[in-house]
Amino acid sequence: MATNTRELLRFTTAGSVDDGKSTLIGRLLYDSKSIFEDQIDAIRQSSERKGLAHVDLSLLTDGLRSEREQGITIDVAYRYFATPKRKFIIADTPGHIQYTRNMVTGASTANLALILVDARKGIVEQTCRHSYIASLLQIPHIIVCVNKMDLVDYSEEVFNKIVEDYTEFASKLDVTDIRYIPISALNGDNVVNHSEHTKWYHGATLLHELETIHIGSDYNHIDARFPVQTIIRPHSTEHHDYRGYAGRVAGGIFRPGDAVTVLPSGLTSTIKSIDTFEGSIKEAFAPMSVSITLEDDLDISRGDMIVKENNQAEVSQDLDIMMCWLNGKKLQPGSKFYLRQSASEVRSIVKEVLYKMDINQLQRIEDDKEIGMNDIARVKIRTTKPVAYDAYRKNRSTGSVILVDESTNETVAAGMIVE
Amino acid sequence: MHKYYLNHLQELEAEAIFVIREVVAQFDRPAILFSGGKDSIVVTHLARKAFAPAKIPLPLIHIDTGHNFPETMEFRDNLVKRLGIQLIVGSVQESINKGRVKEETGLNASRNALQTVTLLDTIEANKIDAAIGGARRDEEKARAKERFFSHRDEFGQWDPKNQRPELWNIFNGRKHQGEHFRVFPISNWTEMDVWNYIWKENIPIPSLYFAHEREAVYRDNTWMPVSEFLSLREGETIQKKLMRFRTLGDITITGGIESDADTLEKIVMEVAATRSTERGNRGDDKRSENAMEDRKKQGYF
Repeated sequence: MATNTRELLRFTTAGSVDDGKSTLIGRLLYDSKSIFEDQIDAIRQSSERKGLAHVDLSLLTDGLRSEREQGITIDVAYRYFATPKRKFIIADTPGHIQYTRNMVTGASTANLALILVDARKGIVEQTCRHSYIASLLQIPHIIVCVNKMDLVDYSEEVFNKIVEDYTEFASKLDVTDIRYIPISALNGDNVVNHSEHTKWYHGATLLHELETIHIGSDYNHIDARFPVQTIIRPHSTEHHDYRGYAGRVAGGIFRPGDAVTVLPSGLTSTIKSIDTFEGSIKEAFAPMSVSITLEDDLDISRGDMIVKENNQAEVSQDLDIMMCWLNGKKLQPGSKFYLRQSASEVRSIVKEVLYKMDINQLQRIEDDKEIGMNDIARVKIRTTKPVAYDAYRKNRSTGSVILVDESTNETVAAGMIVE
Repeated sequence: MHKYYLNHLQELEAEAIFVIREVVAQFDRPAILFSGGKDSIVVTHLARKAFAPAKIPLPLIHIDTGHNFPETMEFRDNLVKRLGIQLIVGSVQESINKGRVKEETGLNASRNALQTVTLLDTIEANKIDAAIGGARRDEEKARAKERFFSHRDEFGQWDPKNQRPELWNIFNGRKHQGEHFRVFPISNWTEMDVWNYIWKENIPIPSLYFAHEREAVYRDNTWMPVSEFLSLREGETIQKKLMRFRTLGDITITGGIESDADTLEKIVMEVAATRSTERGNRGDDKRSENAMEDRKKQGYF
């Protein structure tokens, strides 16, 4: 267990009420031995009180339910478990309240989305909505868990029909890696162990997929991007002239000697060194946190982006964005916001709403452009200063923005730059 | 295996360094809340990495209950000296003297709950606008949905109804006058990650974490260390035990476990084993320890 060489997989769970999502998460935590004895005792007792024959694993996430009753905003709860192969971070988003807002938040950092489908119901409106958001947020991998197989007699026909329906629907989405698993979260079929009841299924169990799915290519290692967070100047005798640009590599690979351009200014220089606490290194790639020094003394500040001279990001004051509105207060025409993207912050104005998405029908709504909580819309934004960015499709880090209300300071919208 | 990839500890480290740098970039007077416990030691270590070769551009804030393990104080003072950074001490005793808080009385008296007032006073007096802490989301259910950047109103309070959504790695630290933030760079770490990291990095930690002989009293399923603040109850006897502490706080509320883990490697093995066997038998030590963690959290976070 005491290994240092695990990979980290972040996934989000999408589901609606009664689809067994809580049970599935409980099952994963329980079967991976991530639950303490006192927690198990507590839910065993609650299950007995309710007269249940089995331990209700969904109660492990019960904290959320009681909080909901108290009217506390529930959005995303993070849960952790590990196997000898990987460490997992689950962004667990509750099903119904403010669904879009929650799932967008949870999906923003995920490598993978688990989408639950009730075997008895097949593909429903919610499935489409969840899948659309996963695709919009460019989650690289989707696993469709056809749950409650025990309630359809573990029927291969039922499973195949759902796979067929989903595959057809998904052809409209922008997702390349979709896998299907017939499970029963309640009984544990194909969650951690292969099921005796689905001999016709020759694929992997859910945990096996989670442990082995290839995530090494999820970061963009081609287009080198380094947003400058802050500048390190030790002012000490030993490091008198040291000027390091601190940041986290957002894409590509940087090496000493690389010819670089600083955006948006367009100034050029060469990388002198890439430094860490342990010393200088030969290569830096996403998502490493490092400091870069340059051969020339340039005027660089927080929010600037260092890129390779021969592969530059876009620079513009006009952004075309798919935006998800996260706030109870509606978007007022012409309102101004702080736009935050990577380490930069500029003032901005939403110039135009092009259309709103009906995320159940995957259709554009062009005659109603009022934007409120949970709405997804294509908008045009004008910024006061040029912003260096990439399309979200190309880089989830340099292609994402948030809008901050100038008076309340609240984060009111999340946006993905279209181009 | 892909050549350009980080393992989970490297990725967690990169994430935490990113968050700490965001704090320094976004705030005027940030500080690190330092309890002397392993989590705040790890945060301080990460801050050192974030700004090398410069010194950590942040002071440490220690809320001193007056009921400390001498080892913790010594460790704190050595660390501050080694790093060459400022230490701000908020004294609970002073808060009591000034009448800001009232000392608890009785058998279970503790200054743990009083810390909150001292902490908020210290934050205000020093005009701290972001306080970095070592809390983790795996500690308990309510923490599972805490943000990296946690907004506090002008009363220093957390409003769960008004949490800002946090997307990608964009952290919104905008605030009004008088408000501040608590920031948790190791939110995504588990207890196991923290120990593995301390082991891998060979980070110095107080000797109290390693198995040692000490006089203790068995109370509420845990071994309470004998100190000038401990009064014996009826039927309790002082025993000499080979023990260690899994968490460190105020000496009056920090219980230890029987253990012979005297190296980091053995501690990591012990924590790992505790996790996997907890399901099979009742983990009374763990239960009391959770309670301890909770009390710690009420005070600090």
